[in-house]
Amino acid sequence: MNRDDFEPVIIGFCCNWCAYAAADLAGTSRMQYPANLRTVRVMCSGRVSDMLIFKAFAAGADGVLVAGCHPGDCHYMKGNLSTSRRFVAMKPFLGAVGIQPERLRLEWIGASEGPKFAETVRSFTETVRGLGPSPLNRRRNGL
Amino acid sequence: MDEPRIGVFVCHCGRNIGAYVDVPEVVEYVKGLPNVVHAEHNLYTCSEEGISAIKKGIQEYSLNRVIVASCTPRTHEPLFRSACEAAGLNKYLFEFVNIRDQCSWVHMNEPEKATEKAKDLIRMGVAKARLLEPLEEVEIKVAPSALVIGGGVVGMSAALNLAQQGFDVHLVEKQSQLGGILRNVHKLYPTNEEATKLTNPIAEKVENHSKIKTYLSSKVKEVAGFIGNFDVTVDQDGKESKFNVGTIIVAIGAQELKPIGQYGYGEMPDVLTQLELEERMKNGEAVGKNVVMINCVGARVPERTYCSRICCMNAIKNAFLIKESNPGAKVWILHRDLMTYGVDFENYYRGAMERGVRFIRYSLERPPEVIGNGKVEKIRVYHELRKTELELSCDMLVLTTPLIPREDNQGISKMLRVSLDEFGFLLEAHLKLRPVEFAMDGIYICGSAKWPTDVSEGISQAYAAASKAAGPLRTGYVRPEAITSSVNEDICSGCGTCVSLCPFEAMELVPKDGKRVAQVTVAQCKGCGVCGAACPSGAVTMNHFRNEEIMAQLEAPWYNEAFVESKGGVIGEPG
Repeated sequence: MNRDDFEPVIIGFCCNWCAYAAADLAGTSRMQYPANLRTVRVMCSGRVSDMLIFKAFAAGADGVLVAGCHPGDCHYMKGNLSTSRRFVAMKPFLGAVGIQPERLRLEWIGASEGPKFAETVRSFTETVRGLGPSPLNRRRNGL
Repeated sequence: MDEPRIGVFVCHCGRNIGAYVDVPEVVEYVKGLPNVVHAEHNLYTCSEEGISAIKKGIQEYSLNRVIVASCTPRTHEPLFRSACEAAGLNKYLFEFVNIRDQCSWVHMNEPEKATEKAKDLIRMGVAKARLLEPLEEVEIKVAPSALVIGGGVVGMSAALNLAQQGFDVHLVEKQSQLGGILRNVHKLYPTNEEATKLTNPIAEKVENHSKIKTYLSSKVKEVAGFIGNFDVTVDQDGKESKFNVGTIIVAIGAQELKPIGQYGYGEMPDVLTQLELEERMKNGEAVGKNVVMINCVGARVPERTYCSRICCMNAIKNAFLIKESNPGAKVWILHRDLMTYGVDFENYYRGAMERGVRFIRYSLERPPEVIGNGKVEKIRVYHELRKTELELSCDMLVLTTPLIPREDNQGISKMLRVSLDEFGFLLEAHLKLRPVEFAMDGIYICGSAKWPTDVSEGISQAYAAASKAAGPLRTGYVRPEAITSSVNEDICSGCGTCVSLCPFEAMELVPKDGKRVAQVTVAQCKGCGVCGAACPSGAVTMNHFRNEEIMAQLEAPWYNEAFVESKGGVIGEPG
């Protein structure tokens, strides 16, 4: 695949209360960002287990974004703390199995932060585009 | 479960989606997806017409799953769910796909990509919908009484309102008297009426109301249980009372920031806060002849970025009152911006100017300086608009400081399992749509504990919270959302990871057949899914967001013919 016409597919796990609301706000404000994100709504970023993150990569995602409420601002009080703990272990694990850790990103995006959501998608899409297709990207493997 | 029969309703939302996403093309595409037996497009799926199309579709095509691809579940999910229910379909068999806020509106210049993305998103929705399961909501009985925490004007208003509706109310106040922070306030803006004239009659009504039991010098020590059935323990000077309530209102207010070390506060005499000035005025003590007030002390600064919003008017009011009682006095208000946003507030501000209160704008970069040896003599201020430096004679410096969260908020947050915001104020369930409720069912919030409010706003919120809290008390039962966890006891190893992580204490270990297993108290579970994500045995299922459902969504973006073939013709099966 030619890197120039590589359009990454990014899975975005968004918590219902903050990140998903911010994504809605970016829309209401008509902020434009690349069309590479495929959102999966979860109630809390704490729901996003290691297994789901890895599953997203195994399925072929070029990048995975997990976006939740700011620490201390969680709708479920401390669900997002589970998320941040999980990332401490998940990043080196990805590296160890041959997936660049930069393909996984955690962001805290408050419900009022539409601009931050749009900017996160922009910059993450560029990061992932720069990395090229994921080693597990099915299209790269001819599927 | 029967073979899924999915109906997909794609909304144009007028031009909002239709102008950027090729809706007819999407519908044609969707018709070819597995288990989709019907797909149509509507000008507005949320209109009367769209809703009846959903109901008709369910009947005509024997749909057992419904997908609407339109705006956002955050606003419209309840509407479409109820349409499904009305047509006899369990509402948890409905799936929402957001192709407006998160697709057409954010890719307005790339209609082709927007159309492709809409297809992908709907395909992900179909993949999940195929695996959705019906869920049943349990009915919980509600005890017809309420607890109100905080005996300020807001808490008292909420308690009275509930009592007048005929419910028993337990009102807990930590001070020895009712009235809250207003007991220390002199007069109220914009009417200049004495604060006690407002609070005393309310306090009297509360004390004499047969339905209200007031606990003074008391603290809520423990709250266990959930909506409909909270077990409350109150500690009154070491004496404990226990009672049971159906709902809880939190009205614990806020406190004034004491700006220790700023502008000589705590070091020089006659440097005081607005509340301390009120105390003096209330007691008839002398105030200065050259009074300077500095606004935004400790507010809208890097370490405390918020605007406390009531303090501008409070400063203007105190300045107004000083000029009223002594027209010869000089009063300056040094401010950064002025918030005079309410009914009659702008007129009040003009009135203060007409009476000779002088307003000078300063900037955060060049804050005013105090000049004086051991006591305040002059204030040096850079006039932001005139771009000149001024020196004002000053014999009393009043610092306008923000309301800050009470230290009690931490304890309340832990005890009631409710959230705090980044500043430590109590956090409502939704800023716009659920402003007086907590995420925790059956617990409500009003007044400055949530965010600085003035008296009339606080009372309005009290009435709102009381009316929300009265709802379940009146019907006598509630049906909380069925999106909760469940435990497969056969494979639960009883490790207790979920118990330690659950933010709502909804998980506990119970003995079962000779081992310990996790058990969910459904009424207490709020459906975050942290337990399921952390369970090492995979014994905890987060219903409606099950692993199988999410994994199917994750597979769906890569759907293509070759892939389908390699998977034996199915998409979205966990691989």
